[in-house]
Amino acid sequence: MFACIYIPNFFLAAALRAEPELQARAVAIFEGKPSLEKIIAVNENAATLAITPGMTKAQAELCPELALRQRSPLQETSAHAALLDCAQSFSPCVEDAACDTILLDLAGTESLLGPLPEISHAIYCRAAALGLEAHIATASNPDAALIAARGFSGVTIIPAGQEAAQLGPLPIAVLFGDHLEEEDNEEQESADRLLETLARWGIRTLHALAVLPPIALSERLGQQGLYLRQLALGAVQRTLVPVEEPLIFEEAIELDHPIVLLEPLAFLLNRLLEQLCARLAARALATQELRLTLELSNLTGVEDEYENVGIPSESDGSSAVILSGADASQSEMSTQSKAWHARQTKFARNLNLPLPMLDAKIFLKLLQLDLNANPPGAPITKIHLAAEPARPRAGQAGLFVPPTPEPEKLELTLARIASLVGEQKVGAIEMLDTHQSEGFRMRRFVAELTRKSSREQKSDLASSPPPEEASPVTALRRFRPPLRANVALENDQPVHLISRKKEVQGRVLWKAGPWRFSGDWWERDAWSRDEWDIALQSDAAKNGAIALYRLVHDLLGGGWFVEGTYD
Amino acid sequence: MSTAVVSTSAALGRLFVFDDEPDAAKPCHPERSEKCVLDRILQSTLKNQQSTIAVPASRLSIRSTPEMASSGIAALDSLTGGLPRGCLTEIFGPASSGRTTVLLAALAAATRRGEFCALLDAGDSFDPGSAAAAGVDLDRLLWVRCSEEQSQKNHSPQRHRVSEKQTNKKTSRASEHRLEQLLRATDLLLESGGFSLIVLDLADLPPQAAHRIPLTTWFRFRRAVEHKPTILLAIEEQPIAGSCSTLLLQLGSSAINAVPAGLNSFSASLSRHSRGGLTDSVATRLENLSHTHLLTELNINVELAQSRIERKPAQSIKFAVKTAWTG
Repeated sequence: MFACIYIPNFFLAAALRAEPELQARAVAIFEGKPSLEKIIAVNENAATLAITPGMTKAQAELCPELALRQRSPLQETSAHAALLDCAQSFSPCVEDAACDTILLDLAGTESLLGPLPEISHAIYCRAAALGLEAHIATASNPDAALIAARGFSGVTIIPAGQEAAQLGPLPIAVLFGDHLEEEDNEEQESADRLLETLARWGIRTLHALAVLPPIALSERLGQQGLYLRQLALGAVQRTLVPVEEPLIFEEAIELDHPIVLLEPLAFLLNRLLEQLCARLAARALATQELRLTLELSNLTGVEDEYENVGIPSESDGSSAVILSGADASQSEMSTQSKAWHARQTKFARNLNLPLPMLDAKIFLKLLQLDLNANPPGAPITKIHLAAEPARPRAGQAGLFVPPTPEPEKLELTLARIASLVGEQKVGAIEMLDTHQSEGFRMRRFVAELTRKSSREQKSDLASSPPPEEASPVTALRRFRPPLRANVALENDQPVHLISRKKEVQGRVLWKAGPWRFSGDWWERDAWSRDEWDIALQSDAAKNGAIALYRLVHDLLGGGWFVEGTYD
Repeated sequence: MSTAVVSTSAALGRLFVFDDEPDAAKPCHPERSEKCVLDRILQSTLKNQQSTIAVPASRLSIRSTPEMASSGIAALDSLTGGLPRGCLTEIFGPASSGRTTVLLAALAAATRRGEFCALLDAGDSFDPGSAAAAGVDLDRLLWVRCSEEQSQKNHSPQRHRVSEKQTNKKTSRASEHRLEQLLRATDLLLESGGFSLIVLDLADLPPQAAHRIPLTTWFRFRRAVEHKPTILLAIEEQPIAGSCSTLLLQLGSSAINAVPAGLNSFSASLSRHSRGGLTDSVATRLENLSHTHLLTELNINVELAQSRIERKPAQSIKFAVKTAWTG
């Protein structure tokens, strides 16, 4: 058996749920752009005052007893969520048919909740307790229950086999619903046309539609007509499309005593990560994002507690201290608790992974490395860990495919290298669309995606003739930052160069240039430079060896720089 | 040549080649009775064995030739056969000898094969523009840029003359820090695996700093890539890995005194083609004008200084590499 919960005049019901004191008054809901607002819903009291849907707001305002309220999507969302909660408290299999209609599968619930009339009455009372005046109907199929809920007020129970008889007196309009969603405009027009056609035929009730010959109906209205006839008979059988609850994977732990050291924090994080990974694995999912939120102590209540503990200093290599932030000055640390002030009560870190993974040990290592580089700065009182579920990646390594780094190992390795050299100093290179000298930026290095893109490239190249192999070109080795140089000029050409590097100073034997480059003149960071290729014989070089350099004259700043060496 | 005999289980049942068979009829001297007993036991054991064919007791396993991968430069491949996988290759030479050009060619060849590469840049001197021009697939290249310590980057607010000794000390500390980062990052990458070409760019490090890398480190690196398809390539100013490197290539020549040949060729072409309608003084003036000059190519001289793959006499080759703007 199936049940249907229907909220008539949903916009109004949602508004009245938020303001129950308006129940006794005349209320109308309007929506639209300013000066073009129109009334979309009215209650009975407003209807007695001749307020009807379609009137303009200005017209309705002429009635002083009328309470006008703007349509509120937020209130409607809350009302709909309350309706879902109500339905799910009776059955695990619930279909969200529309914002004002919920269908439930009551199979197997009679042994738990009692006979059908009791269940229906309980649903009605529960919805009323949530502030919603609902129509409840039960039938042997979902659509019959839905039509009955729309057509009859209160609680309606249709025994099996009596659908056609019970639904017969209902008007044809109950077959089409209210079309409250904005995307239903086309459906609304189609429904209006059908209603008009049936009205011209004199079909006004479901019984009249049900007795029409099916073949003749299909010839005139097509399959839609046949379907409507089946609905009128209450004979449509289908399964519910159940609502899928959003998958939330979160674990949290509150601490009796704030923790200061990273080691106990790592122990707790390991426990939370193992639980999260087990839950994800149970649903055959992985995660691509971990969100760690730490609630920090505001220190006003724990100052005395830490006075005598002796906070480990940075020189203590046994365990890292959470409070030893990069910006925390040594003087503040040395005066201990009274000098500390929590700058924030929550500390959040997001760990974005390049690929979906499910390895608690790898996650723990990555979090540890991240917290080492970015410590919270205050004792921790609560740990909250959330994982964003993602489909696990499916891949199979080929026998003849070149070796690739394992994503999990690679992520850990890159995190470790980043802790050595800095986050911005390791990764792949992305060339920028500019002629500027250092026109590139560092981005995350991902091995998996690159392989996919090369596969796509290979499929593209399969149809085109194979390109010639790129021939080697002379490479430039850059000085970072560029070497400032003092250049002696003769006829505006460099003849001698001095820089702070012994190897890069001496007589200019040969030069080519200048080659002028400029750009971004429309931006604040405009640049303009002359480039020279020079051959320099350095006195410091062995055997008077000659080296080739690129010499740059900054036309805006006026300085000379040695940008690199051709090697 | 004597046959080596090893008393292994493989030798059981096989005749010992160097021992004469004891003559059973010869009466045993009392002093040699123990030896006679042993010989009789051995003889009876051997006679019971069905196999009577004498074979060498064992054969030392021959180390297989490492698989070679193209370096991206045909001339270099003809000299060395390519770059060996599972081995350490050193390329050394002074500035402008072509080390970085060879490095980029190797990276381009590896990425063209669909392999992933890692570049550990001690001097942070890698130029992505040159790499892109050389055909390196930058998506397949992991670039690790070693940097100085943060404390060393903070300049004193007061401008004062820093003595040369202090500058040298600072530079030495910075080099040590970069080296430490590079070695630790190399360890991590070798442990992680999956990279077909790992390049250690030590060309900008002062030789005295590079020589501080202990041989045990190089042994460890070589051991880490053994039996793996990874090419470990080190670019430096002087050879530093000693016997750990399988292939040692010397680039350039310490006797370069003349202006690079690429420049000469252009000047020569100017001399050849432009003098036809010009006076000598005008042609000379034109030759002296820098905007008429163009760096067209770099001549690279490669000498195979050492190869443990196969015994070859020292060979050298020369080839020219054009600049990116020459086309």
